[in-house]
Amino acid sequence: MSTNMTIHLRYWRQSGPTTKGYFEDRTLSTVNEHMSFLEMLDVLNEELQLEGKDPVEFDYDCREGICGSCNLVINGQAHGPKKGTACCQLHMRNYSDGDHITIEPPRASAFPVIKDLVVDRSAFDRIIEAGGYVSVKTGSAQEANARPISKNDADLAFDYAACIGCGACVAACPNASASLFTSAKISHLSHLPQGDVERNNRVVAMVEQMEEEGFGDCSNFGECEAVCPKEISIAAIADMRRDYVRAVLQG
Amino acid sequence: MISLDAKIPKGPLEQKWSRHKKEMKLVAPNNRRKYEVIIVGTGLAGGAAAASMAEMGYKVKSFCIQDSARRAHSIAAQGGINAAKNYPNDGDSVWRLFYDTIKGGDYRSREANVYRLAEVSNSIIDQAVAQGVPFAREYSGLLANRSFGGAQVSRTFYARGQTGQQLLLGAYQAMMRQVELGGIEYYTRHEMLEVVIIDGKARGIITRDLVTGEICRHEADAVILATGGYGNVFYLSTNAKNSNVTAAWRAHKKGALFANPSFVQVHPTCIPVSGDYQSKLTLMSESLRNDGRVWVSRKKGDDRRPNDIPEDERFYYLEEKYPSFGNLVPRDVASRNAKVVCDQGLGVGETGLAVYLDFRDAIARDGKDVIAAKYGNLFDMYANIAGEDPYSQPMRIFPAVHYTMGGLWVDYNLMTNISGLFAAGEANFSDHGANRLGASALMQGLSDGYFVLPSTIGNYLADVKPGTRYGTDHEAFETAAKQAQDSIDRLLNINGKRTIIDFHRTLGRIVWDKIGISRTKEGLEEAIADIRSLRDEFWTNVYVPGEKNNYNKYLEFAGRVADFFELAELMAMDALDRDESCGCHLREEFQTEEGEAIRNDEEFNYVSAWEFKDRNGVLEEELHKEVLNFEFVELKQRSYK
Repeated sequence: MSTNMTIHLRYWRQSGPTTKGYFEDRTLSTVNEHMSFLEMLDVLNEELQLEGKDPVEFDYDCREGICGSCNLVINGQAHGPKKGTACCQLHMRNYSDGDHITIEPPRASAFPVIKDLVVDRSAFDRIIEAGGYVSVKTGSAQEANARPISKNDADLAFDYAACIGCGACVAACPNASASLFTSAKISHLSHLPQGDVERNNRVVAMVEQMEEEGFGDCSNFGECEAVCPKEISIAAIADMRRDYVRAVLQG
Repeated sequence: MISLDAKIPKGPLEQKWSRHKKEMKLVAPNNRRKYEVIIVGTGLAGGAAAASMAEMGYKVKSFCIQDSARRAHSIAAQGGINAAKNYPNDGDSVWRLFYDTIKGGDYRSREANVYRLAEVSNSIIDQAVAQGVPFAREYSGLLANRSFGGAQVSRTFYARGQTGQQLLLGAYQAMMRQVELGGIEYYTRHEMLEVVIIDGKARGIITRDLVTGEICRHEADAVILATGGYGNVFYLSTNAKNSNVTAAWRAHKKGALFANPSFVQVHPTCIPVSGDYQSKLTLMSESLRNDGRVWVSRKKGDDRRPNDIPEDERFYYLEEKYPSFGNLVPRDVASRNAKVVCDQGLGVGETGLAVYLDFRDAIARDGKDVIAAKYGNLFDMYANIAGEDPYSQPMRIFPAVHYTMGGLWVDYNLMTNISGLFAAGEANFSDHGANRLGASALMQGLSDGYFVLPSTIGNYLADVKPGTRYGTDHEAFETAAKQAQDSIDRLLNINGKRTIIDFHRTLGRIVWDKIGISRTKEGLEEAIADIRSLRDEFWTNVYVPGEKNNYNKYLEFAGRVADFFELAELMAMDALDRDESCGCHLREEFQTEEGEAIRNDEEFNYVSAWEFKDRNGVLEEELHKEVLNFEFVELKQRSYK
């Protein structure tokens, strides 16, 4: 039979982007080991509402680790303790009866708080907008097999394309850098012949947009790779830097 | 009077789309910028349409409820996308893809639409590859294919188990390029609450800014709804938590017909519910049934561990009932039988709502390594979610709702019966009939978005005077904005004692039990009564927290659950009307002794298109029938023997 646990929660409350936030504490006594972390927060919110209190806001959608909506920082770790796992797929059996858990939003000036644990990640959209695409119009594509791509390159491109845009890399980085997110898209596209054409313009535009959004620089802490739910390699950041320098030098 | 003219072009099947493209009106490039098109939803259909139309020069306004277009639920599709490329040289063709799809849908879809879908399928693959979608490849560097259910050829393209994600990111990136170029005005965290209709034409929408709570008005020359399916009416489904029917339903209440609402697909191999707190269900590829054996104990309420139950006390119900197909019966049969044994009290696990899927014999036969190589990622996923090791004890599985074939009625141009209001992707009913084949949802979303709508929208706009503007202070906008605001205020003012999720969960159970895997006349009538009384309680006793002028997720949910109540009633009405079994719709009164569906082509060879009349405690809807004419395929009874 599954067991119930008591969990002591401390979670961030903030009514809006300009108001001062604070921690609130609450103990849940009916946490089931099979619950996901977010289902545990659902239970918290049901309890709060039954007492006429406001629920805690947090972002989520697919709850199967692919949409990238959830982005909680749990006991100081983006997405919590389980490697390669978004917090929607983190189950409470990873915790023990009586544990204390602190839940915060990702802290970065480029991700302002909207409410409680919900932040504005539109900066990520603007980084992609700056150049994270192949400039091909619908209808103008050539036959799909006209251009063979080595399996190795395609697999490598996929490894980087697996990014879900959750922002854990930013949350984990002491500089709040978006380098892993940005470089993952750059590496995805530059490993494919279709993306290679715009390689120089892309890297310059995306890196500059990243800076403009107020993300910090990369100092090789490697925290981003450690927390990434898709385990994207920081080799992408090295590629991005090399490409950036080359692009700038080539003008 | 409602016109149900599907506007199917004349001529041979293979020439309908090309002939139609030749005959459709065009808007000249310099005129396109004078037209604004609203696209609600940024999944495969909405994202692809927004990018393509902006590329053509139309001014697009794109809306999504998530914080980014990249999070639309298309992202979660795992398996793949079909196309008739015939790269494996195994005899595939446009005709065969068309035929498999129409047969898979149990002959309840339009020939012309399905043929067009098969016809443009190849261009989708070309487009995706050009965008940099990293499909799986062979060592030759050429694209790889795999086979999928309902077909005898290998025509499925895939990107590991994340094909939906990669295709969506392709469309999203194309969209963001247009945002940068100024072709798309991009609104995230906005929910559409009303369609605005002026002089019989869709001329705009009302949205709620989900961050500030502001009710916003947007005017345009045409409106496209690409807002996905309504599987969350069941509360538990494989859909994302934010997936909902609200945009489509509000359009329905403004006059758009809702087609085949009872056609819902249930996937047999999902990870079962573990308790009341469960918020969603996770699907595992049905390929597992190739090697796993499905069973339950013969003894009711058997609380022994599965490995302690001796062989002769195990009930391999699929193998016993269907000796020729065994564990590989089609999705609907597998789902239905799991429910039957659980209803008999033979279900396993803490909740009794699961059956075993056992790899013991496969591991003994092939070795653990072989099984791990085939299914390793699925076994890991199961172990993570269920907390059990599927190599040493059987998995527990149960069916879950994951796709809705029904949706807004559209003609061949994907336009609803309201002029200027279009519906695309899972939000429309058009291509899958009573059952969708695997790897066809991605194909349809992208076909609608990249290739169909960009052509048919021009045909509509060519007759709209460029620059026609009524202004957002027009009476129709005023009324619609007031309606949206009133329904929010009403919800916030109830101040009852029961939570929204509690109501939704209870509604979901009614829909699952009585409008789910199998249906009866009696059960459907009970469902209608149960839904009505629960809905009455909802409107007097729901507690909606927080305020309207702030980020308030539960207020969003409250509005969506209110719409699900009405949809659920219509689903029951539709299932009640259809005195036959077809595809995923099984009426227990209409099956053979072995439990096979009995389709009734004489009387029910039609699309049910429901017109909203009124909702005064009782939902009133009028049924219109679009009779399906099969000119090119012969209707046959599906057989699993």
